[in-house]
Amino acid sequence: MRGGDGASFLFSQFMGGLTTAMFLFLIASGLSLVFGIMRVLNFAHGSFYMLGAYLAWQAVEWLQPTAEGFWPATLFAALGVALLGAIVERLLLRHLYGREELYQLLFTYALVLILGDAAKFLWGTQQLSVSTPPVLAGSVQVFGTTQPLYNLFIMGLGPAIAVGGWLVLHRTGIGRMVRAASYDREILDALGANVGALYTGMFVVSAFLAGLSGALVTPIQSIVPGMDVLIIVQAFIVVVIGGLGSLWGTFWGSVIYGQVLSFGILIFPGFSLFSVFALMAVILIVRPWGLFGRPL
Amino acid sequence: MIRRRFALVGGVPWTLIVFLAASTVPWLGSRYDTFLAAQIAIDALFAVSLNLLLGTTGLVSFGHVAYFGVGAYVCGILMKTYAVPFTLAFPAAGLGAAAFALVSGYFCVRLTRIYFAMLTLAFSQIVWAICWKWNDVTGGDQGLPEIPYPDLDWMAAIPGFGDLRIGDRFYLLTLVLVAVSLAVLRQITRSPFGRMLTAIRDNPERAAFIGLNVRAYQLAAFVVAGGFAGLAGALYGIFNRGVFADYVFWSKSAEVMIMTILGGMDYFWGPPVGALALVWLNQAITDYTEYWPFVLGTLLVVLLYAFPGGIVGGLVAGFHLVRRRLIPSGA
Repeated sequence: MRGGDGASFLFSQFMGGLTTAMFLFLIASGLSLVFGIMRVLNFAHGSFYMLGAYLAWQAVEWLQPTAEGFWPATLFAALGVALLGAIVERLLLRHLYGREELYQLLFTYALVLILGDAAKFLWGTQQLSVSTPPVLAGSVQVFGTTQPLYNLFIMGLGPAIAVGGWLVLHRTGIGRMVRAASYDREILDALGANVGALYTGMFVVSAFLAGLSGALVTPIQSIVPGMDVLIIVQAFIVVVIGGLGSLWGTFWGSVIYGQVLSFGILIFPGFSLFSVFALMAVILIVRPWGLFGRPL
Repeated sequence: MIRRRFALVGGVPWTLIVFLAASTVPWLGSRYDTFLAAQIAIDALFAVSLNLLLGTTGLVSFGHVAYFGVGAYVCGILMKTYAVPFTLAFPAAGLGAAAFALVSGYFCVRLTRIYFAMLTLAFSQIVWAICWKWNDVTGGDQGLPEIPYPDLDWMAAIPGFGDLRIGDRFYLLTLVLVAVSLAVLRQITRSPFGRMLTAIRDNPERAAFIGLNVRAYQLAAFVVAGGFAGLAGALYGIFNRGVFADYVFWSKSAEVMIMTILGGMDYFWGPPVGALALVWLNQAITDYTEYWPFVLGTLLVVLLYAFPGGIVGGLVAGFHLVRRRLIPSGA
């Protein structure tokens, strides 16, 4: 093998890892947000992601005649899941904030069961897929490797959302309230802020991000039942590595996860799954608040 | 008079009655009834072992299935690959699971609350990844099918046992082993050690302040719970005639947690009642619909909001209510 081939092989592994990473960041950012602000570990986040994928498929079916139906379908899916998030938070979840974690964990797990079956009931168990939107269907040559445009789009979208999220959190009044809530909910409440509305808003934004990432994953992955419980564990790993509640932490956690998975396959084939869970365990043991988080 | 009648309720040896009733299933029930009863017995042991952490010590383990799985694989590999007899493989499963609980628990008890739950989940997924991928030892995604039954021919010597099928004999063995394990766990929760665990659950700072080594106690509870989960796993592998990586997937940890909460985690007999209720309900519902998870999820939501004490908690509350109605205060 010539040196150039070796380098372009490594580059293509790296790009593959980065695509995985940016998808995971889109998913995990919402999970991290809800944990950081509300201290709720939301198992149902993966279910929101799955529903986003199914809703996008459904909307694409309805919009069949238009070539670029994918984009409105994605927006529809994200908004649909956000609406579901609002209903869940307003009607049910908010009554559990004062209770032990056990009840919150089990409640979100109950949602996993309910939403998983609801999706099976509505869309069946066969694999569904959505074709890549025509405008991003091509590919480009980078360093002797072929990179699909759609993957490059996702790689750009991830950092854009990270920067946008950072700007909102650190440069706006709402962002300041959100950060204050993550430090001390009761004080913020006592100062007259509407913490209830803030929590609902955060949960809705988180559900929107889950729905959006579910819709965006459809061109490169088929939609199957069970994608919810598989993704949620990966999203947990990412937020644990970066630090629960830290947006940049989640971003870098995703990058690390993607690269460990991508190169772990080369080093120990078959055991890359093991290596990412081991990485999660090691980080929890050494630095439970993650690489970029702060101790609670 | 009424008061005496209530006192009698407590004086009846309920556990003995339940045990004797359960042991008649192979003669009085169908083959399928025996299958369900074995499942209930094994689930009951698994759920009680979890409840030593959840209810007694106040540790929310989201990875308890790891120890169940280690026990199932240890027993299955020993009996199938190395033809070790059950009398050795069964205790080995418990010890193997307890040893793994000692190692993983050492790290877990250093973390509190949500981080504890996350780390137990991470360890259980490590076990799952190993079971799923290590083809040479665990059979990988094919699992370990055709685990042999233990040699139970000696049972034929007992009058009335001669014409029992091997599955029925294994059920009776399971019942005895589960009953003994539950008796041991019951003694552990009632012992001074068990009281210490409850003191830690109620107020860890205060327990530490009066001189308890909180982490050591929590670790001890973790190891005991892991060991008994391993025994339950060993029985489950043989009962199911195989061990598969699915047993160790994280959602199974949630299922046993639901059993525990459904029965009532504040009572020793809550989890077995939860196991009975859940297996029976699953049975009743899957006759009508394939959407069992939907029903289970809905049930869980109702439970969390309306009956956080579970079935036993609800019954005890109802019992006290009736007693207050019937016996005026001061009588």
